[in-house]
Amino acid sequence: MNTTVALELKNISKRFGTKYANKNVDLTLYRGEILAILGENGSGKTSMVNMIAGIYYPDEGEIFVDGAPAVITSPKDAFQYKIGMIHQHFKLVDVFSASENIVLGVREEGKFKLADIDERVAQIASKYGFQLDPKKKIHEMSVSEKQTVEILKVLYRGADILILDEPTAVLTPQEIEKLFLVLRRMRDDGKSIIIITHKMNEVMSISDRVAVLRRGEHIATVKTAETNEKELTEMMMGEKIDLNIKRTESTNVTDRLVVEHISSKNSDGVTVLDDISFVARSGEILGIAGIAGSGQRELLESIAGLYHLDSGSIVYHDPESGEAENLRDKTPLQITELGVRLSFVPEDRLGMGLVGNMDIVDNMMLRSYKKGNSFFLNRKTPHDLALELIDELNIITPDEYTPVRKLSGGNIQKVLVGREIAAAPSVFMAAYPVRGLDVNASYGIYNLLNKQKEDGVAVIFVGEDLDVLIDLCDRIMVIASGRVTGIVDARSTTKEEIGLLMTQSGEKGVDTNA
Amino acid sequence: MRDVKQTKDVPQTDAVVENVKRRHEPLIHITKRNQMSMLHAVLLRVGAIVCSVIVMALLILVLAKENPFTVLASMIEGVFGDPRRIWRLFSNTAILLCIALALTPAFKMKFWNCGGEGQILVGSLMAAALMFFIGDSIPLPILWILIFITSIVAGAVWGLIPAIFKAKWNTNETLFTLMMNYIALQLVTFFLKMFGNSQGNLDPMPQFAFPKIFNGSYFLNILVIALICVAMYIYLGYSKHGYEISVVGESERTAKYIGIRVPKVIIRTMLISGGLCGFVGMLLVANGSCSVTTTITGGQGFTAILVSWLGKFNPLYMILTSFLVIFLQQGTSYMGDIYRLDTSLADIFIGIVLLFIIGCEFFINYKVNFRKKASDVTAGKEAVH
Amino acid sequence: MAIIAFLVSAIKFGMVLLFGSTGETITEKAGHLNLGLPGVMCVGTAVGCAAEAFYFELAGGRAYMVYPLAILIPLIATLLGGALMGLIFSFFTVTLHANQNVTGLALTTFGIGISDFIIANVDDYKFTAGAKFFNMHLPFAKSLGWFGELFFSYGIMIYLSIAVAIVVAFVLKKTKVGLHLRAVGENPATADAAGINVTRYRYMATCIGCAIASLGGLVFIMDYLNGNWEYVIDAIGWLCVALVIFTTWKPVFGIFCSIVFGFFYVAAEYIPGIDLAAKELFKMLPYLVTIVVLVFTSIRNKKENQPPASLGLSYFREER
Repeated sequence: MNTTVALELKNISKRFGTKYANKNVDLTLYRGEILAILGENGSGKTSMVNMIAGIYYPDEGEIFVDGAPAVITSPKDAFQYKIGMIHQHFKLVDVFSASENIVLGVREEGKFKLADIDERVAQIASKYGFQLDPKKKIHEMSVSEKQTVEILKVLYRGADILILDEPTAVLTPQEIEKLFLVLRRMRDDGKSIIIITHKMNEVMSISDRVAVLRRGEHIATVKTAETNEKELTEMMMGEKIDLNIKRTESTNVTDRLVVEHISSKNSDGVTVLDDISFVARSGEILGIAGIAGSGQRELLESIAGLYHLDSGSIVYHDPESGEAENLRDKTPLQITELGVRLSFVPEDRLGMGLVGNMDIVDNMMLRSYKKGNSFFLNRKTPHDLALELIDELNIITPDEYTPVRKLSGGNIQKVLVGREIAAAPSVFMAAYPVRGLDVNASYGIYNLLNKQKEDGVAVIFVGEDLDVLIDLCDRIMVIASGRVTGIVDARSTTKEEIGLLMTQSGEKGVDTNA
Repeated sequence: MRDVKQTKDVPQTDAVVENVKRRHEPLIHITKRNQMSMLHAVLLRVGAIVCSVIVMALLILVLAKENPFTVLASMIEGVFGDPRRIWRLFSNTAILLCIALALTPAFKMKFWNCGGEGQILVGSLMAAALMFFIGDSIPLPILWILIFITSIVAGAVWGLIPAIFKAKWNTNETLFTLMMNYIALQLVTFFLKMFGNSQGNLDPMPQFAFPKIFNGSYFLNILVIALICVAMYIYLGYSKHGYEISVVGESERTAKYIGIRVPKVIIRTMLISGGLCGFVGMLLVANGSCSVTTTITGGQGFTAILVSWLGKFNPLYMILTSFLVIFLQQGTSYMGDIYRLDTSLADIFIGIVLLFIIGCEFFINYKVNFRKKASDVTAGKEAVH
Repeated sequence: MAIIAFLVSAIKFGMVLLFGSTGETITEKAGHLNLGLPGVMCVGTAVGCAAEAFYFELAGGRAYMVYPLAILIPLIATLLGGALMGLIFSFFTVTLHANQNVTGLALTTFGIGISDFIIANVDDYKFTAGAKFFNMHLPFAKSLGWFGELFFSYGIMIYLSIAVAIVVAFVLKKTKVGLHLRAVGENPATADAAGINVTRYRYMATCIGCAIASLGGLVFIMDYLNGNWEYVIDAIGWLCVALVIFTTWKPVFGIFCSIVFGFFYVAAEYIPGIDLAAKELFKMLPYLVTIVVLVFTSIRNKKENQPPASLGLSYFREER
């Protein structure tokens, strides 16, 4: 391996508000190597590479490129240092061809001729073994082709250091193989590559070295050949921290929601849910763990009637009548009309769960305004509810007529969770309900979930902090790339076990709780 | 290369960093404002109007070479000079307000209904056509009822057509409604050429007009539209329909999440919007000229868009904004007559006032931050540490 | 040869519209739906006519006006007048983030006022005198029979209109500037990330677009109406807005589309035995066709024929 240093981070820190996204991070990248960055959700991987790519500017510390201090305040600066980043969300113009997107914004001498650019793009593509028609329009492309365009865009600008943020998340196994082949060719050509991925087998197969981040700090950088998956998982997860979250005992456990073999493809044709089966039981909290974007959102939305399924069934067992209803392909309205009391706290609070410009009272009635035959709204009940929640959940707000977008993140979440709980659900689903909340607010939410469980509600909790999931839930279902890789008993599992399941991408796991 | 690291002078690097950062930091930085106090916002808008009046005064001085104070004072005279003018002021305000009220539900839903003109025109056309064809053969009250129904239906249909395509295929409603205006206009022209007199006009048919209250047609307009204004305020703010409109306008995702059928809301709202425009068309004919012309709307279908937008889609604020526009129209036109100024000055002045108000919204919604001087930056940094 | 006269008239009118639609296409390609176009065209045209009148005085009368100047002076004035209106529109919508529809409509009111004021203060006969220069065509046109009539009987501006459409199409499709411009209209955030100055492109596109569109009004008055002012330029402006949709934002295809529009618009005048009223129904056709195109493209949902994706939306970087 080449030992010329291409890029070096020294003591880099970045704060958002008072919270450190990165703290005193050191990192070295050599010429002609592939460095994998490993870390849990929120461990500061993305913010770190964003600083290298000029999206963020570090609060402290320095970046050296080829040994000289570098000031990177914008992506444009990054390109001057021959650094290019391939983001998870593609920045492409849909109606343009591959070449047109690639050449966009590039300042070059000489005459602009698209045919020449097509040729140059084709040249670069064939050099590294990409398969791409430069004339093809983006909107006609598959996700993997779009990614290829993003990579070529960076190469066309002459980048020597490439950063790929979770490039495999959207690809099929075959496409991943192809991508890795290309990355290895680029490495052999002397390029330095930073790749963020959560999948352990990918880390092992593609990288030369691995840098592990945890809670914004750099834990270690090790040679891939000298380590193994278990050691990496331990470094990534750290010690189990006892959070002192009380887990109440389950009583009266019955099957409430039986999900069997559901699968779905998204609009790009990528499989986002792959033959998922599980049971949510009353009086239990079922945790869902997984790397962000493994299908959690689609799973919950499909239960709530917001996401189309290609196959499978979702059967709801009514606690009062005992009747079973298949909820698949029902609209939210139809689900409500069936008398299914399903509450859902979506991940996207202001874009979906609440209307930011409306006040608390009006947000209270989002799900219930239709009640009654009157032409007019009944604001009395939601108003009472608003006051009640403000009081009970300690929502900090000037008054109940304040638009919710003006509240802080924690208070917005309390409004949303409070409303969903007030609907007296029999199934309660929450996606990342404590994201962005401080410790006290988070514990408030955990208590609310426990209360629901005690009341015999089937709670489904999608979380990102494994310590919390282990302490709070009864069972934890782990999904990776839209598949269930395991359902474990939270009382006996370990972080490492879940971590390994989360980073699995191969065959299906076994339901260890069955 | 490694030597560079060892010998590097820290302050010097800091200076380099600072320089580069400054080079990249724009001179003026604009950020979104969270909330401006009510008083501050009102003062800004008043300030904008004052500025526009100053510009108008300068224009009068330069273009017309008259004393701007006396000329502007004549506007007041022209608007409030005698009871008839005052009646007309309020009646015209009411009509413009009613069109704005009609468009508002659509706008709240983020459906840009630029088709007020056409929806009014078809309403007027139906009213005039009924008068012309069957006015003589049926009793007056029945004629009025027929006119009432057909005008509203015609306007509603004119609104419905773009709504269906928007709901089903997301066809651009701004462009669609604009085209519908011209089709309506050509229909009216066709009708006039076909059945009008040799000059292409339709002779007024005052015998079919709505009954006069207080010796004129003004009172009826004001009364009915005041009721509509209150009704619309309640509909938008206190009815389930109004609530659905707000949710759809704010976020279609949320609307789906809570089980609102978005296409249904779009179609229902445009029926109301178009129907109310048709109703205004009827008032302009049956309680106005008793005839139809291609210019019967006077461009108010467009003006109302501004009225509604400037009134923040709130029916009560819209009373003020429509009053402002009519005040300007009536005032400038009188001013033009008295001082033999060109009639075009009215359009110019209204345009200036509107542009100033539109411009001042920026300062209400955004904050302009100027780049601090180097010394301030350092001072600020020290303070942070 | 009524049919030839009809076609000539349709083409003439079509080319008036072509200026407008080509200009508006540039603007819309950058993401600006400029509903102020009617006002812009009014102002540009009035300024052009006023400049012609000024030249009339400068030259010392009709007899002293000479060929290139009599066209160049109003031409440049119109371009400047239109560009200035475009500058106002951009200032409000780009710099002040104002709503495009609202700004456009206010600008239309304002522009109609300004143009009426200018025309009221200019003696008509002074700019009417320049009409003959706009009408001037190749001397041998008449001697070539219907062929000459159909292809060579127009003033220079008619040919310029086609040339402008072709040049604009070329720039949009084949040059770097055009690529960047379209990127700004399709996805300003992506363009911004690629280092393209969104603000500058939107300003430039709007000003140039407004300048070109204004020429339509000038040609309409000075050529099509032989220098007689009529207060209908705003209606022409709206027709141009419609035409842009019909062309599906393609200026060269616009040459054909504008002739179709012109064809519909003047057809009634040339169909024997048609009465006055039915003529008006004919004039509905351009708008009906536009609606059909609009609906058809949205149902087919073919990406190439869609309006620029961010048409009508302001871009504010920090709102991403």
